[in-house]
Amino acid sequence: MSQAWLPLATLATSLLVVPLIFALPERAWRMRTALNLSAALLKVVLVALMVWGLYQGESYRFSFTVVQGVTFLFQVDALGLMFAGLSSLLWLATTVYAIGYLEDSPNRKRFFGFFSLCVASTIGIALAGNLFTFLLFYELLTLSTYPLVVHRGHAKALDAGTTYLRYTLTGGLVVLLGVVALHVMVGDVTFGEREMLADLGPEAHGLLTVLFLILLLGLGVKAALVPLHGWLPRAMVAPAPVSALLHAVAVVKAGAFGIVRLVYDVYGIGLTYQLGLLTLLAVIATVTILYGSMRALAQQELKPRLAFSTVSQVSYIVLGISLFGPFGTIAGLVHLMHQGLMKVTLFYCAGNYAEELGIHRIDQLDGAGRRMPLTSIAFTVGALGMIGLPPVAGFISKWYLGMGAVQANMPWVILVLVASSLLNAAYFLPILYRLWFRPGPAHGVGEWPQERRLGRFETSGWLLWPTVSTAVLSILAGLLAGLPFSPLDLASFVTAEEYTP
Amino acid sequence: MIDRLGLLAPYATHLSDFSAMMLVLGLPVLLGVLAACWQPRRSWPIVAFSLLPLMALAWLSFRVLPQGGQTWLIELGSLTLQWRANGLTLLLLLLTQVIVLSSAAYAPAYLREEIGSKGQQVWLWPLQGILAASLSLIWLAGDLLTLYIGLELMGLAAVGLMLLPGRVDALAAGMRYLLLALVGSLAFLLGIALLLGAWGRLDLVGLALAAKPGVLLWVAVALLSAGLLLKAAAFPLHAWLAPVHASAWTPVSALHAALVVKGSFFIVLQLWLVLVPEARVAAWLVGGLGGAAVIWGGLLAWRAAKLKDVVAWSTVSQLGYLLLGFSLLIGTTPSVAEVAWEGTWLQLAAHSLAKAGMFLATGNLIYSTGESHVRGLAGASRRMPLSLLSFGIAAISLIGLPPSAGFTAKWLLLHASLEAGYWPWIAALALGTLLSAAYIFRVFRYSFVEDAEPLDYRRVPWSMELFALALALASLLLGLVAEWPLMLLRAAGGGA
Repeated sequence: MSQAWLPLATLATSLLVVPLIFALPERAWRMRTALNLSAALLKVVLVALMVWGLYQGESYRFSFTVVQGVTFLFQVDALGLMFAGLSSLLWLATTVYAIGYLEDSPNRKRFFGFFSLCVASTIGIALAGNLFTFLLFYELLTLSTYPLVVHRGHAKALDAGTTYLRYTLTGGLVVLLGVVALHVMVGDVTFGEREMLADLGPEAHGLLTVLFLILLLGLGVKAALVPLHGWLPRAMVAPAPVSALLHAVAVVKAGAFGIVRLVYDVYGIGLTYQLGLLTLLAVIATVTILYGSMRALAQQELKPRLAFSTVSQVSYIVLGISLFGPFGTIAGLVHLMHQGLMKVTLFYCAGNYAEELGIHRIDQLDGAGRRMPLTSIAFTVGALGMIGLPPVAGFISKWYLGMGAVQANMPWVILVLVASSLLNAAYFLPILYRLWFRPGPAHGVGEWPQERRLGRFETSGWLLWPTVSTAVLSILAGLLAGLPFSPLDLASFVTAEEYTP
Repeated sequence: MIDRLGLLAPYATHLSDFSAMMLVLGLPVLLGVLAACWQPRRSWPIVAFSLLPLMALAWLSFRVLPQGGQTWLIELGSLTLQWRANGLTLLLLLLTQVIVLSSAAYAPAYLREEIGSKGQQVWLWPLQGILAASLSLIWLAGDLLTLYIGLELMGLAAVGLMLLPGRVDALAAGMRYLLLALVGSLAFLLGIALLLGAWGRLDLVGLALAAKPGVLLWVAVALLSAGLLLKAAAFPLHAWLAPVHASAWTPVSALHAALVVKGSFFIVLQLWLVLVPEARVAAWLVGGLGGAAVIWGGLLAWRAAKLKDVVAWSTVSQLGYLLLGFSLLIGTTPSVAEVAWEGTWLQLAAHSLAKAGMFLATGNLIYSTGESHVRGLAGASRRMPLSLLSFGIAAISLIGLPPSAGFTAKWLLLHASLEAGYWPWIAALALGTLLSAAYIFRVFRYSFVEDAEPLDYRRVPWSMELFALALALASLLLGLVAEWPLMLLRAAGGGA
C-alpha cells in the first residue's frame, strides 16, 4: 500500500465537507463559502500532486476487504486521474458559480451539502480500482443528485426527479446484476487485469457477450445513450450550476467513463474487438450522435437544446472507444475532458442569460452580445468548439476521431462526423447569429424578459469569472494540446499503456 | 450446517462461563425492574447502565470465542436443558442489546414530550428487559423446550408492550396480536409434542441424529413452521403486522419490527437446518413465499397513506429477503450455502438496525409535524433535515444501495442465487429493490415540495434525534465493515 493517504485525502476533501456544511446554520453564508472554496482548492492541489506523482512513476493504492472475495480498492491510474482532474477543476469553477447563482435563494445549505456529496462520488468513481468500488460510488452519485434535481421543489422539478430516479436506479440495478454475475464467474476484477477475462477461452465468449451487453445497458442510462437518454433533458429544470456540472459533466461522464473502464480495463480492447462488440458500440454511438443533434435542432429553449447537444456529444467518447486503434482511443479519452470544459461553459452562459436578463428561449437572445459581451464571447467559444473549429479543444477531438476512423478502417465514421458537425453548426450558428448580428433590446428594439443588474460588470462577478475561465481553458486545451499535462498528453499516456502489452 | 449453528460445540467446564451467560440473560431484566422503580428521566443513565450487560456480553465472548463455541447442560430435576453460544449467537446477542439499548434510551424524551402522563409508562421498562432476555434465550437455546419458553415469554412481553398506550385501539390491536401469538404457539407446541412422542427427546443435536424422514417428521415440521412463520409475519400470514404498529409507541414499534419477528425466523431456520437439511423442494416453496412477500409488501408500502404503514409494510417486504436466503441454505451446494449463510445474517442485522432507526426517525417526523400521513410531510425538508436524514440513511440500507449493509447483503444473496441458478430469486431481488426505492422516494418527494403551507413544527429533542441517527448510521457503515461480523460467523465452526 504505497502512499494510500493521497487518494483517500482527495476523497475526504469533499466527503468531510458534507457533514460540516449540514452542521452549519443556513445563514452562515461566509463560513460555508470559505469552507467550500478551500475544499475545492485543496482538492485541485491534491489531484495535481497525484498527476505529478504518476508521471514520476509512483503508485497509489488503498484497499480493504468488505466481505470475503470482495475488496474496496482505490487505485490511481492515468485514466482515473483524467476524470478526477476534470471533476475537481470544474468543481472549483462551479462552486464559485453556484455561490453567485443561489445568492438569497432558500435551502442553500441542503444544496451545497449534496453538491459536495456529488463531487465526492465522482472522485470515488475516478479512483475506483475495481467494479465493486466503482458501483458503490456510481450509486452514491444517483442518490446525491436527486435532491439537486428537485431543488426548486415545484411540480415540474419533482416530476423530473422521479423520472431521473426511474432511469438511473433501474440502470444501477442492471449494472449491479452484471457486476455480480462477472464476480461469480471470475471473482474480483481489478481494473487493468484484462487477462482475467481474456484467459477464459472461447467457450465463455457467449456469456461474456451477454454480460457486456447487460453492463452496457446499465451504464448507458447515465451516459444518455439513445434510447436511454429520456431523463437528461427533463432534468434540466434543476438550477444552472447543477445542469452545468452534473448533467454536462459528472453524471453523464460517470456513465461514459464506466463504458471506457468496461472496454479498456475489464474486457480489454482486444477481447471486445474479438467479441465483435466494437461495431455495436460504433452503431449505438452513431445513432445517439445523429438523433441527439436532430432533437437539439428542434428545441426552442436554450437549456433543452444544450441538453440534447450533450446527449449527442457524449457519444463521441463512445464512438472514439469503438474505433480499434490508438487514435480512436485518444479521441475518446480526450473528448471526455474537452466536452466537459466546453459544455460547462455553455451551461454557465445559459445560466447567466437567465439570471441577468431572464432569457430562457433562443428567440429572446437577439442582440445579447452587446449587452453581455464576455458571456457571449464565452458562449461563442464553446459553440465553435462543439462544432469542431480550431483552435478550440473540440477540434482536437474531431481530428483524432477522423484519424481513428481511418486507422480502424471504418471510413463511414467520417461521414457521420461530417454530418454531425453540420448538424452542430445548424443548431449553434443561429444562436451566434442572434447574439451578435440581430438587433435586440440592447439596440433599443423591444426589451429583455426580466432584467436585473446583478453586478458591476455585465452580471455578477461570481457568475462571470467561472464562465470566462472555462472558456479560456477550452481554448488553451486546444492551443497547447502538444504540451505535457494537457488533456491530449494525458490521453496519449493512457493509450500508450493500453496498447503496449 | 448444524456445526455452523454451534450445536456441536464442546461442553463448558468452567463455572465462570456459566455465570457470564446468566449475567447476559439476567441483567436486562434486573435493569428493567430497577428502571421501573426509579423511572429514568434522561437518556444518559440508561446508556451508562446498559454498559453492564454489554460488558457481560464481552466477557462471554472472551470466554467462548477462542474455542469457537460452547455448550451448557442445565439439569433441572429430570429435565435437561441444552444451551449453546457461538459466533452467530454472540452476534445476535450484540444486535439485540444494541437495539434494545437505543430504543430504551430514546424512550425518556419520547415519553416526556409525546406521551405526557398517558398510558402505563412504568411497565415499559421491565417489559423491555424481559423482551431482551427472552430473545437472548432464543438465540442461546439448543433444545425445543427452551425455545418454547423463550418464544412464549417474547410473545407475552410484546403483547404487554403493545397494550401500554391504554387506548381502545391499542387494546384491540394488542388482543389481536395475543390471539395470533397463541395460535402460533399452539401449532408450535403440537409440533413439539409430535417430535417428543416419536423420538422421545427435545435437544436439537439428538433430534438431528434420531429423526427419520417420513410423514410424521413432515407434519411436525409443517406445524412448527406454520406457527413460527405466522409470528414472523411471513407472507401470506403477514396481514396482522401493520395494524399492530398503528397504535403502538414508537420505541415499541422499533423493537418489534427489528427483533421480535426475527426471533421466530431464527427458530424456523434452525429447525429446518437440523431436522430437514435436504428438503430442497419445500425450501423452494418457502423461498417462493419470500419472493411474493418482497413484491407484495413493497406494493402495499408504496400505496400506504400513513407513514407508519409504509415502514411496517416494508418490514413484510424485507422479511421476504430473509426467506429467499432461507431457501438458498437448504438443499443447495456447500459453496452456495456458504455465501447465502453470510448474506442471510447480514441481511438480518442490516434490516434490524435500519428498521429500528427508521421507526425512531418516523416517530420524530410524526412528533415534529403532528401529522401521521405521508402527505403531511410536504415541505418537511426545509425544517427538520436531521430526522429526515436519519430516515434517508436507514432507507439507503432498506433499498440496498451502497455502501449500506443492505447492499452488501443483497450482493451476497444475488451471488448465491446466481450460483445456484435460482433465476426467479434474482428477479424478486431486483423488483424488491425498485419497489423499495419507489416507496421511499415517494416519502421524499413530499418532503421536497416547496410551495406547501407551512406547518407547526415542534423541535425534536436531541436525544430522540441522536439515537435514530446512530442506528441508521450503523446500518449504513456496517456495509463497509461487514467482514468483521462475518468473520465471527466463520469462526463459529462447532467441533473445530
